[in-house]
Amino acid sequence: MGTSKANTALLHTGFDAKPGTLEARLVRRGYELLSAYAPQAGIPIAAIGALLVAWDDEQLAAFPRIVAGARANGYDTIRELDVDELYRREPQLGPGARGALEVPDEGIVCPFTTPLAYATEAVLNGCELHRDTRVTGVERRGDGGFDVQTTGETFATRYLVNAAGLRSDELNRLVGHDDFTVTPRRGELIVFDKLSRPLLRHIVLAVPTGTTKGVLVSPTVFGNLILGPTAEDIERKDDTSSTAAGLAYLRREGERILPELLRHEVTAVYVGLRAATEHTDYQITIHAPEGYACVGGIRSTGLTASLGIAEHVRTELEAAGLELRPKPEPVSVSMPNIGELSPRPYEQGGRVVCFCERVTLAEIEAVLRSPIPPVDLDGLRRRTRVLMGRCQGFYCGAHVARLLQERPR
Amino acid sequence: MSRVVIIGGGPAGLACAIELRRQGVSEVVVLDREQQAGGIPRHCGHQGFGLRDLRRALSGPAYARRYVELADEAGVVVRPEAMVTGWSGEALEVTSPEGREALTASAIVLATGCRERPRAARLVPGSRPEGVFTTGLLQQLAQQELPIGRRALIVGAEHVSFSALLTLVHAGVDVVGMVTPYRRHQSLPFAGTAAALRYRTPLSTRTEVAAIHGRGRVEEVDLLELDTGRARQVACDTVVFTGDWIPDHELAVQGGIELDPGTRGPRIDAAHRTAHPGVFAAGNVVQGAEPADVAALAGKHTAAAVALWLRKGDWPARVHVSCLAPLTWISPNAVADDSPPVRRRMLLRAAAFLDRPRIEIRQDGRTLWSGTLRKVVPGRSASLPWEWTRAVDPKGGPIEVSAH
Ligand SMILES: Cc1cc2nc3c(=O)[nH]c(=O)nc-3n(C[C@H](O)[C@H](O)[C@H](O)COP(=O)(O)OP(=O)(O)OC[C@H]3O[C@@H](n4cnc5c(N)ncnc54)[C@H](O)[C@@H]3O)c2cc1C
Ligand SMILES: Cc1cc2nc3c(=O)[nH]c(=O)nc-3n(C[C@H](O)[C@H](O)[C@H](O)COP(=O)(O)OP(=O)(O)OC[C@H]3O[C@@H](n4cnc5c(N)ncnc54)[C@H](O)[C@@H]3O)c2cc1C
Repeated sequence: MGTSKANTALLHTGFDAKPGTLEARLVRRGYELLSAYAPQAGIPIAAIGALLVAWDDEQLAAFPRIVAGARANGYDTIRELDVDELYRREPQLGPGARGALEVPDEGIVCPFTTPLAYATEAVLNGCELHRDTRVTGVERRGDGGFDVQTTGETFATRYLVNAAGLRSDELNRLVGHDDFTVTPRRGELIVFDKLSRPLLRHIVLAVPTGTTKGVLVSPTVFGNLILGPTAEDIERKDDTSSTAAGLAYLRREGERILPELLRHEVTAVYVGLRAATEHTDYQITIHAPEGYACVGGIRSTGLTASLGIAEHVRTELEAAGLELRPKPEPVSVSMPNIGELSPRPYEQGGRVVCFCERVTLAEIEAVLRSPIPPVDLDGLRRRTRVLMGRCQGFYCGAHVARLLQERPR
Repeated sequence: MSRVVIIGGGPAGLACAIELRRQGVSEVVVLDREQQAGGIPRHCGHQGFGLRDLRRALSGPAYARRYVELADEAGVVVRPEAMVTGWSGEALEVTSPEGREALTASAIVLATGCRERPRAARLVPGSRPEGVFTTGLLQQLAQQELPIGRRALIVGAEHVSFSALLTLVHAGVDVVGMVTPYRRHQSLPFAGTAAALRYRTPLSTRTEVAAIHGRGRVEEVDLLELDTGRARQVACDTVVFTGDWIPDHELAVQGGIELDPGTRGPRIDAAHRTAHPGVFAAGNVVQGAEPADVAALAGKHTAAAVALWLRKGDWPARVHVSCLAPLTWISPNAVADDSPPVRRRMLLRAAAFLDRPRIEIRQDGRTLWSGTLRKVVPGRSASLPWEWTRAVDPKGGPIEVSAH
């Protein structure tokens, strides 16, 4: 998991996408597909609705343009709320809001379970997953296809899909194409204590500017509120550091949007890097004769669009000659629920190991035996939520470290 | 029949339970979510526990075991691995290996303790490598002989920071330094010299951690010298955030118990009654953090009011007491009747070193008490007399404590 583990975790309707782009189409399609897939795969998801709030006249003046854009994207349920209704719905909102657009279908989704469910389903159905295996070179074979050199073995393949996120441009060049460059755009986010959750019912969006969607406050599927993200172009693709300036900016914005939020304890700070390019759309190109699909530059909507992107790429590769035979009995997955939207295992009783996130011993043991078991604390965190709560390991850190150390291998 | 349920089996909860049995309460249940009751001292390897309450010097684990034994002998039902996961203000929702149950009680004592603020809560920027701990986590890693690191930086210089130093040294970890934003450390006078001489640990005062760097594991920490604005780097693979306590008040909030904005624990009167009839609070959940024996004495003290409530069912009205900056909190922080607080003193904290501060306690423009304290050290409680609470007008406005 690269950027997919560190984002705002919104399920976008795509109402604000640029009409006519591939991104607009695939976000919309991805929304439909993920909404259907998530409940059956055990991915926490909920269309809690968003309110896009204007704080001044200029922002208010942008509403007609936003509504027209949404309509052009085929999204008609957007509607304007007056200030009274806005404060009736969100009484904790800071003073001075001028109006709002309601986007009833915007939602929240689990950023950890989603890619993990895809990976698990792929592996259970015969995909070989090589972790810790970096692609270092690509050579074209005489008979068509590629030799893909890695830090492990070399793989010979007829078809190659580049979904290397922030490094999709580099891999693209290794294959011999040079049509975009990724500039990482850093987004810092603050996660607030679960005790803050009752402050907000909807996702509160900002009026987007040319370059970003702005700072938002949103509930998460885990029952926290998050504040973010910032948007800053940076040099290094591995620089997922938060900054004093970024955090101070977020706190100022939070103070304005939802003042009470800032009285709550901070549980975590994290950073994600968007794979932004010089283009305003995804960089998805299917080089049919070569059997190469570049799926790069998936900037700030890829979690939502993922299944739409996958469907698109599959269809295009089939058109390019890839023969796919449906498996007679595909294995489906049912991921353990780590969200607060539906019952959690501890509610049936058990040995609670992580008190803040209420993770039981049975859940940890099951994950250590799962098809794609965690290899380190971070992996265990994202699969179970241990150590991700307010105490950050003060109580259970050693217990969890011991369970990981003593795991069956 | 009356049942008292105590949430949290640390020194405060266990001492309260034992005393309740001595006072003849028939059913006293202590719920603790850990595998063993005993609370934080279970993993404090060093000596010095039990002086004020048990009149002997024990190691933390021996002290914790002693309290569990005393509770067993007194006929307290101690239930480890039983976590209170919900509370509507009525029945407690208890989660344990046996399942889920709803427990009702004639009285409830909150004794859930406190924790140290971890790095994220202090908004320290940088990357998110492994190797960043609190003292509580560090002590447990050391006790279970799990890997810690090689070179550690300690953030904070209060009592617990020096405990972290001892733990690190005993585990064979080099300590590259201690940093504090204050002008001096906040522990006992000799602690700083001892650290410097015995463990060659430099103390950097007026210094703050500006960022943590490292991929996978901590590699370097940026320090900021507050007076000069100068930045410097320290190479280390471990950072221990110490002190900066926050009461474990989640359950209190869920149960609708009023908190004091200063302590962020339940607001209590001298008898440890909260705002909610039948609900009491004792130990570090009330204020972070007092030593274990002080927490135990507070638990024992609370038992008297619990027993009284079971007999009489009275819940007196109260007047709030709050502090003005640089004072941060006072405990107890409500005045209800004229009974003395535990150890016949009130505890006062400040966010800055105060030398011979004049403290004034006023209600509705009337001075209830004023006097000069020798000094106040941030992170340590100064004692205030309590007798002025007898002069409080129970129908009057809130009481304010200020320092000049
Ligand atoms: C701050 C922020 C907020 C966002 N908010 C949202 C949101 O609310 N909703 C939404 O839908 N989307 C959101 N996104 C966007 C979303 O996170 C991304 O679009 C999506 O995760 C991209 O997925 P990906 O598979 O393209 O890339 P990644 O998840 O980055 O995966 C790329 C993978 O390729 C691997 N890789 C790279 N190079 C190599 C190599 N040479 N060899 C082998 N493997 C390699 C990486 O290790 C990584 O695992 C946000 C993004 C950010 C940064
Ligand atoms: C790292 C560290 C070092 C310390 N070093 C010293 C020292 O050297 N000397 C000293 O005198 N004091 C020391 N202290 C302080 C001392 O440990 C505490 O003052 C004392 O333990 C407080 O007792 P307590 O009963 O209030 O809380 P705790 O000891 O924290 O006990 C609270 C108990 O409540 C339980 N609990 C919490 N929530 C729930 C729930 N929802 N359901 C069930 N159970 C729950 C917890 O599991 C815990 O066992 C230290 C504290 C820390 C954190």
